[in-house]
Amino acid sequence: MIYADNAATTKMSQAAIDKMVSLMKDTYGNPSSLYRFGQKAKEELELARETVASVIGAEPREILFTSGGSEADNQAIRSAAILGKAKGKTHIVSTKFEHHAVLHTLDKLEKEGFEITLLDVHEDGLVRPEEVAAAITDNTALVTIMYANNEIGTIQPIAEIGRICHEKGVLFHTDAVQAITHVPINVVEQNIDMLSASGHKFHGPKGTGFLYAKKGIKLSNLIEGGAQERGKRAGTENVPGIAAMAVALKEASDKLDETAKYLIEKRDRLIEGLYEIEHSALNGDRTKRLPSNVNFCFEGIEGESLLLLLDEKGIAASSGSACTSGSLDPSHVLLAIGRVHDVAHGSLRLSLGEDVTDEDIDYMISAVKEVVTYLRSFSPIWRDLVAGKKQFIL
Amino acid sequence: MALYSEKVMDHFLHPRNVGVIEDADGVGEVGNAKCGDIMKIYLKIDNEIITDVKFETFGCGSAIASSSMATEMIKGKPVTEALELTNKAVAEALDGLPAHKMHCSVLAEEAIKNALEDYQSKQKK
Ligand SMILES: Cc1ncc(COP(=O)(O)O)c(C=O)c1O
Ligand SMILES: [Zn+2]
Repeated sequence: MIYADNAATTKMSQAAIDKMVSLMKDTYGNPSSLYRFGQKAKEELELARETVASVIGAEPREILFTSGGSEADNQAIRSAAILGKAKGKTHIVSTKFEHHAVLHTLDKLEKEGFEITLLDVHEDGLVRPEEVAAAITDNTALVTIMYANNEIGTIQPIAEIGRICHEKGVLFHTDAVQAITHVPINVVEQNIDMLSASGHKFHGPKGTGFLYAKKGIKLSNLIEGGAQERGKRAGTENVPGIAAMAVALKEASDKLDETAKYLIEKRDRLIEGLYEIEHSALNGDRTKRLPSNVNFCFEGIEGESLLLLLDEKGIAASSGSACTSGSLDPSHVLLAIGRVHDVAHGSLRLSLGEDVTDEDIDYMISAVKEVVTYLRSFSPIWRDLVAGKKQFIL
Repeated sequence: MALYSEKVMDHFLHPRNVGVIEDADGVGEVGNAKCGDIMKIYLKIDNEIITDVKFETFGCGSAIASSSMATEMIKGKPVTEALELTNKAVAEALDGLPAHKMHCSVLAEEAIKNALEDYQSKQKK
């Protein structure tokens, strides 16, 4: 099998697995216990916090461990909303193509009386810093903009957006779940106040993640109870998971440059190959995108059937079609970059793993070509397009 | 567990009656690209018997499998019987569809009804 769905989740690294197993076996004490066996677990926890902090240029006490990216997003946004409200500020700026962990939290806040501005991301899938600046008012409590998009992989001008927020005295949060370990991140240099990350996207365990919140930002709890995580998240810590996540984060960050260079070459080979398919288009900017991300629309076909046929050929991929999501609408990300419904249904995301080879890329190109041609052969839309009864969009 | 039953996968991977009938006696098209599934059915009818049927589908696995199964179910049948085909019968013949995919099988029923109506309206002329 060629696993080309690394944006959905990744395979755990051996070093992370080893760390996790060793802690589960030998260091199962409760980090809150005062005896040495518990304190050993506490040491592991704090060591992990130091590692995570050092990777993003933060201080250990600015790192809060969570159950993943969704929880970190929820807590960051909720906290900022509560802080804002206390100062009478009830406006939040975000974008149309955020992850649902952000969008649904914003929906709830809107029902609670907040005003939400969702910025356009244009055809290239990039937020314009000047539009962020224009959207900020005296009433703005928070700007939350993802670092890299999970579907189309576009990388946002985060440092620039952060600078604008700081000039205007507004808190800035970024969902860096897809970006971290693929793009160099330094929260100080890039003017980031809060940042969400998820372990399973960088070869760590599922159900782990963290929220960075700059010192001085008072977080609000989503989970009440014991005094773990400086009282900001109750519950006995997932020590093996957290320690394994830190190992995976360090490992992937240490070879970031090397991996990026390797993957960009593979990605571009794949993009060029898929462009040979007529009436197709790449989604998102050609170069300002994650080294691992390729996302195409093919006119005249539907994404779920494309995925099922690729699965038959041993390729695991994903799509933004409605029928893969269980709703009638295709992906909000593709609609946000202006793809019309007809075209958005025929999307394919291939997110590459670091072990992908040129042979894998060439195999994927030929498999996708074959499947697209086959599906078009009995697509009534394709027939109308070819017969000139309908205008090609791509 | 797989997303679809073996029957659905069989019809999806090896769809029956795919194609076009150039001199069809009835043609029906339903769905739209907005919702993501479009089905087109072509019928050849002789003496009120469906002698041939072909389909073209733009859609998910469930939509393609439903088209294939539905065409099998009406081929060789009298028009009156084909008019009674329900999406429930199509889904049952496929050993079931996931709940959120039932709407895809409705299209097969509707496309066939649509094609039969087209045939009947042509007869009246
Ligand atoms: C951009 C983005 N944010 C948040 C999440 C949620 O992360 P998790 O699955 O760890 O809750 C994901 C993963 O699907 C993501 O891609
Ligand atoms: Zn469908």
